[in-house]
Amino acid sequence: MNEMNGAARAARAVSSVGRDVISVDRLSLTYGKKDTGVLALSDISFSIADGEFISIVGPSGCGKSTLLKILAGLLPPSEGQATLNGTPIKGARRDIGVVFQTPVLFPWRTVLQNVLLPADVQGLEKEKMRKRAMDLVRLVGLEGFENRYPRELSGGMQQRVGIIRALIHDPAILLMDEPFGALDAMTRETMNVELQRIWMDSRKTILFITHSTSEAVYLADRVIVMTARPGKIGDAFKVDLPRPRPLEVMNTEAFGAYVKRIRVALNADGGLD
Amino acid sequence: MGGVKHFVLRLLLIVAVLAVWEFLVKLTEVPEYILPAPSRIFFAMYNGFRTNVYPQHFFVTLTETLLGFLAGTFLAFLLGTLVALSRRVEYFLYPFIVMFQAMPKVALAPLIIVWFGLGLTSKVINAALVAFFPLMVNTIVGLRSAEEDRINLMRSLAASRSQIFFMLQLPNALPYIFAGLEIAMIFALIGAIVAEFVGAERGLGMLIQSMNFNMDVAGQFSILLILSLLGLCLNGIIVLARRHLLFWEVANTGGDTDNSSQKGGSV
Repeated sequence: MNEMNGAARAARAVSSVGRDVISVDRLSLTYGKKDTGVLALSDISFSIADGEFISIVGPSGCGKSTLLKILAGLLPPSEGQATLNGTPIKGARRDIGVVFQTPVLFPWRTVLQNVLLPADVQGLEKEKMRKRAMDLVRLVGLEGFENRYPRELSGGMQQRVGIIRALIHDPAILLMDEPFGALDAMTRETMNVELQRIWMDSRKTILFITHSTSEAVYLADRVIVMTARPGKIGDAFKVDLPRPRPLEVMNTEAFGAYVKRIRVALNADGGLD
Repeated sequence: MGGVKHFVLRLLLIVAVLAVWEFLVKLTEVPEYILPAPSRIFFAMYNGFRTNVYPQHFFVTLTETLLGFLAGTFLAFLLGTLVALSRRVEYFLYPFIVMFQAMPKVALAPLIIVWFGLGLTSKVINAALVAFFPLMVNTIVGLRSAEEDRINLMRSLAASRSQIFFMLQLPNALPYIFAGLEIAMIFALIGAIVAEFVGAERGLGMLIQSMNFNMDVAGQFSILLILSLLGLCLNGIIVLARRHLLFWEVANTGGDTDNSSQKGGSV
């Protein structure tokens, strides 16, 4: 008995080198009743390796956000399952950090208190977390603002707070739902550079949802195309551009070629809205 | 607006209105039991305080109002929270809530005097009843107004229901709750006065009633002045507490929360 357990453990250890952190297996979601409801996601399967940066692009209403909600444990799938490190995702998990479309800050908390929200909820050690929060505040250039309230911050600064809040409890996986969609183009590019830096520093596994093809290519190791009604996984594109990628990479031919191929894949299935 | 100049102009206008009032009453010789001159009103006020009659009744009404406010808002907050958090509680209480909300609560005053007597208890209960609804409705609306994204954020952190309540829903509801408290305070005063009208041995409402029988109109005016100053002060206390507790709201005091305050319903 013991021997078998040991062997099984060894096998798992071997397979965990460059293993999949998230795997999604024939996932479907129907809103409403099974027969009459609206099929939002249909037969979705893909996996994300440890430390990988994945972007999912798709038109609005293709179910990207729904997929993210399932992975965050906020919504149970109708069929199939998603697993995180081998265990099915049922309900919220503390090793996942979520960044939403809007910063979702609490106006009665200061920047620092907002960043510390996950630590407060999960009852993590106060002093240690405070130090970590200050490090993160410095990481995104918000020192001096830690005791300000959200309404005193610009949109870009608020979203930065939203991002480091998702990092405070050191989750292995970061799920990001069009986090920069509401920002102006200039701020958005700055945030992209910053996110790349954070990812390279922390080596988290990131699933990044966007409807901007160039943003997806700029950030990701792999871009997965999603199509609408019902939401389905289309082609996936591996992006082989050296890191760190400066913003100028967007002007290169190689970058343009990726964007073009992805656009074609999107258009083939009804195109972007 | 503002500034010393405008403030002085404002004072002058009040003085001018009082002067015209005084002059017109003297000129037209309106009997005092119809419209007393301001000087008579101030004299009545002075007398009331000199004989210590006003302070006695004032403190009775103040006590009734404050006790009624505390009891009414405490219960309103509890019940409002229960209704906001449980659809089942809401489902079963809904008919009662709708019926009571539409009813003019002051119409219950005669019944409450019959049940609880002429003393303090009936006044406190009436004040509590009238103060109850605006806060209960605002508590429900406020607790339910938490944005879906904020709830999702808390849920994604695996927050418990009580954490979601105390860290998100409650602070989020505070602007609504304070708007409700502001109305509840004034409503409690109205409830106490109406109950005193119907039957009481002491209190400013009772005093107005008895002055009315004696055709002491100047006295009634002086009490009205005291009551509006009292209302102003009670409201001021809530506004101050709100400013202190809702520090994050400085930019838009009033505004959208004032709309929520209108949901309190009738007296």
